[in-house]
Amino acid sequence: MSDVEIRVPINSDQDIVGARQKGRTLAAELGFSAADATLIATAISELARNIVSYARRGEIQLQRIQNTVRQGIVVIASDQGPGIRDVAQALQDGFSTSGSLGLGLPGVRRLMDDFEIASIPGQGTTVTVRKWRP
Amino acid sequence: MEVPILKQGKVLIATIQAALSDADLENLRRGLVEQVVKFRSLGVIVDVTSMDVMDSFASRTLREIAHMIRLRGAETVIVGIQPEVALAMVQLGLTLEDVATALDLEEGLAYLNEKFKTTN
Repeated sequence: MSDVEIRVPINSDQDIVGARQKGRTLAAELGFSAADATLIATAISELARNIVSYARRGEIQLQRIQNTVRQGIVVIASDQGPGIRDVAQALQDGFSTSGSLGLGLPGVRRLMDDFEIASIPGQGTTVTVRKWRP
Repeated sequence: MEVPILKQGKVLIATIQAALSDADLENLRRGLVEQVVKFRSLGVIVDVTSMDVMDSFASRTLREIAHMIRLRGAETVIVGIQPEVALAMVQLGLTLEDVATALDLEEGLAYLNEKFKTTN
């Protein structure tokens, strides 16, 4: 169930700031603590950065999620970029193909509660992360 | 969003006042390195109290600023990292490595003044 849905196009480094600010605002609206909102905003920043660095353009979607017992936020970062050839390797600390720190995905996984990635080489990557309100 | 750089004696103080894009951070790096040379500064304080997110690019740029300024013979202190920002940095696995940090501007100035005493 998702009644709130915000879509932020990511086309340049300027859009990274906007995406994480929208994420922080939604997290606060959903009742997350300031500390959790910071973790969520930081995760969004890294995901949006991956889009700019590897795929040049894509989109960040922010949604409210709710099940019978709790609610939370879901962040979906999608692009039609080159994709990731070896997802398992990309999830290891210290791995990078663009000369960056290579901490993006494993770090994002630690910041959030749930982490899913789907990537097809030549077609793009979608990363879905969730954080549940305590 | 340009970051104002204030000259106070031998120290330059850059106070980040809003969310910075990558380009803003790169401008800050260029501005600080230029001004350290121009004013023959011995110390630089970057006040990040207002930064609500420190991601991999921001922490890498701050490390680069500190290392470039050290090559010019001056010392950099990062001050004001907020507790929740510190938590996010640790979870992301980001560090500032050997870059000095201090609680706030006052502590940062005290750190630099102590450094100046021991080196002069």
